[in-house]
Amino acid sequence: MNIHKSEEFSFSPENMKRAQEIMTHYPEGRQQSALLPLLDMAQRQNGGWLSRYALDYLAQFLGIAAIRVYEVASFYSMFNLKPVGQHLLQVCTTTPCWLRGSDAIMDTCKSKLGIGLGETTADKQFTLVEVECLGACVNAPLVQINDDYYEDLNADQMAKIIDDLKAGKKIEIGSQLGRKGSAPEGGPQVLCEIVK
Amino acid sequence: MLQDKDRIFQNLYGLHDWRIKAAQSRGAWVGTKDLILKGRDWIIDEMKKSGLRGRGGAGFPTGMKWSFMPKTEGPKPHYLVVNADESEPGTCKDRDILRHDPHLLLEGCLLAGFAMGAHTAYIYIRGEFYNEASNVAQAIQEAYANNMIGKNACGSGWDFDIRLHRGAGAYICGEETALLESLEGNKGQPRMKPPFPAGVGLYGCPTTINNVETIASAPDILKRGGAWFSSMGRPNNVGTKLFCISGHVNKPCNVEEEMGIPLKELIEKHAGGVRGGWDNLLAIIPGGSSVPLIPKSICDTVLMDFDALREVKSGLGTAGVIVMDKSTDLIKAIARLSKFYKHESCGQCTPCREGTGWMWRVMERMVKGNARLEEIDELLEVTTQVEGHTICALGDAAAWPIQGLMRHFRYVVEDRIKNAGSKAA
Repeated sequence: MNIHKSEEFSFSPENMKRAQEIMTHYPEGRQQSALLPLLDMAQRQNGGWLSRYALDYLAQFLGIAAIRVYEVASFYSMFNLKPVGQHLLQVCTTTPCWLRGSDAIMDTCKSKLGIGLGETTADKQFTLVEVECLGACVNAPLVQINDDYYEDLNADQMAKIIDDLKAGKKIEIGSQLGRKGSAPEGGPQVLCEIVK
Repeated sequence: MLQDKDRIFQNLYGLHDWRIKAAQSRGAWVGTKDLILKGRDWIIDEMKKSGLRGRGGAGFPTGMKWSFMPKTEGPKPHYLVVNADESEPGTCKDRDILRHDPHLLLEGCLLAGFAMGAHTAYIYIRGEFYNEASNVAQAIQEAYANNMIGKNACGSGWDFDIRLHRGAGAYICGEETALLESLEGNKGQPRMKPPFPAGVGLYGCPTTINNVETIASAPDILKRGGAWFSSMGRPNNVGTKLFCISGHVNKPCNVEEEMGIPLKELIEKHAGGVRGGWDNLLAIIPGGSSVPLIPKSICDTVLMDFDALREVKSGLGTAGVIVMDKSTDLIKAIARLSKFYKHESCGQCTPCREGTGWMWRVMERMVKGNARLEEIDELLEVTTQVEGHTICALGDAAAWPIQGLMRHFRYVVEDRIKNAGSKAA
C-alpha cells in the first residue's frame, strides 16, 4: 500500500457528532462495524482521500489495530490512498458499457484532459479512473463523477460535461438523453398510470 | 404481456413521488399490522405458497429460507440483512427499488424481520449508489417518524429497527458471507459454509440475507395472497420478475414482466428489439455476467425462467439480459468479463486469485489471436480447476462465461487464432 504523508487529521466537531451517532447503529462491542462509514466520512472531510494520519486516527477512534484499518482501506475501491482531483471521473468500461461505446467515452476523457488512467491534471481539477460495473447498465455508457451518475452518454456529451465542469457550470445528473430513470427512450410503455 | 395491475413495482421508473405519503397511496404500509397479527407461521406459509424464489441470482425458495431461522429467540438476537450490493454486470433493478420505491423495501423488512424473529435489519447498499442511499435514508427517517418502524412498529407490538450501511466498492460483498464480513468492518472475504448464516451469521447470530427485490416483493405477495403470485409464470418458476435489458437493443430498459416470458418477446415488446433487427442478433447473456451466453438459435425460443435457462446450460441469475448483435467481438466481450472477475477476486482462495488473472491474460491473447489452438482446451481445463474449488461462487462465475463462449463460438476463437497465424507467416 502506498501511503503518502500529509497533515494531521481529526474529525471536525460536526463529523465527530455524526460519527458517534453512527456508532450507535451497531451493538455494543461491535464498533468496528462503523469502519466503512467512518472511512467514507474521513475521506470526504480530507478532500477526497485518506492520508496515513486519517487511517491512524480512525484506528485510535475505534480502538482497533492500525493494520485492521489499513487492510480495509486498501481492499475497497472507493477509498483513495493518494490525493485526487476535485472531480473524480470514474468511467465504467465493463461489458454492458463497452457494448454501448465506453471506449469512446474513455478516449474523450483522456484526450480532453491530457491524462492517463489513475492520473490527475496539473491544476488538480480532474482525476481519471476506470471502474468496474456501476450497476446502471440499461443507461450505458455512464460515468460517475464524485457521487453522481451521468448516463446515456456519447463522446460529445462527455466532452461537454468536462467543459461544463471546468467552467463551474451545474450539470443535470442522470440520463443525458432526458430519459426517466430506466424507462425506455421515448417514454415508458407500461406503468403509465397508477392502478391501485 | 403482464398487466399493470399485476405489477408490484408501480413506481419503477420514478414517474411518481417516492416519499411515504405517495407510497402509501400506492399501497405501501397499508394493512401491515394486520399481516403481522396473523403471525409468523402464517407469513412463512404464505411465502412458501407463493413459490417466490430469491431474486438475487441463486433462486432459493424464500419461504423455506425464512423457516431456517431458529423458531424462538435464544440469547443471541436474530438479524435480517438486505443485500443491496447490486454489482453484477448487466443488473440494475434493485437500484430502481432503492431510489423510486424504498418504502416497499422497508415494509418488506418489517414483515420478513417479524417472520424470522429479528428486531433489527441492516440494508447493505453498494457505496457507489450514493443518491439511492440518500433516498433510502430519508425513507427510513419517514418510517420512524410515522411509527411504521421503531418501537411497536405499525402498532403491531413488534419493535423493529432498520439501519442503512453503505459499502465502499467491492463486487464480492454481494456474496452473502462476504457482505457480513464487510458489515462487521472487515475486508469482504467470504466465510466457509457451514456454518450457514441462519445459525451463525452477523456477529455470530442467526441471520438471513435476502436480495432487495425479494424483500420488496413480500408485502404485495402477503397482501394479495401467495396464490395470486404463483398463478403467474410456470410451475417452480412463478410470479413476476424485474428484467434489465442492456447492450445492443434499440431501447434499453428495466421492466417487470411475468416469469417465463419468451426472451424474444421480452426484447421486442419492451426494449424496441435488437439493433438492426432480430436476425442481427449474435448472442445474449441472459442473467448477468456470471451465466454462460447463449447463441441466437437458442434465444429464438427460450423462456426467461430458472428451469428453462438451466436446460440450455445457462441461468436466469439476476435477469440482467446483455444483448450482443453481429457487430460484437465476442471474444473481447468475454475477455472484459474475465478482467472484471480478476479485478473483483478477493484473493482468499488460490484457484480464484491465480486462476482469474491467468484466464484473463489468456483471453486477452485470444482476442488478438495470439495463441495456439491447443490453448483453448488448456484454458477450458483451467476453468474447471477454478470452478467448484473455491469458498464462494466467484470462481464459478469467472469460469462460466469462458465455458459458454467456447461451447457455442469455439470456431470464432479458432478462426481468430488461425488468421493471426497466417498473417504472421
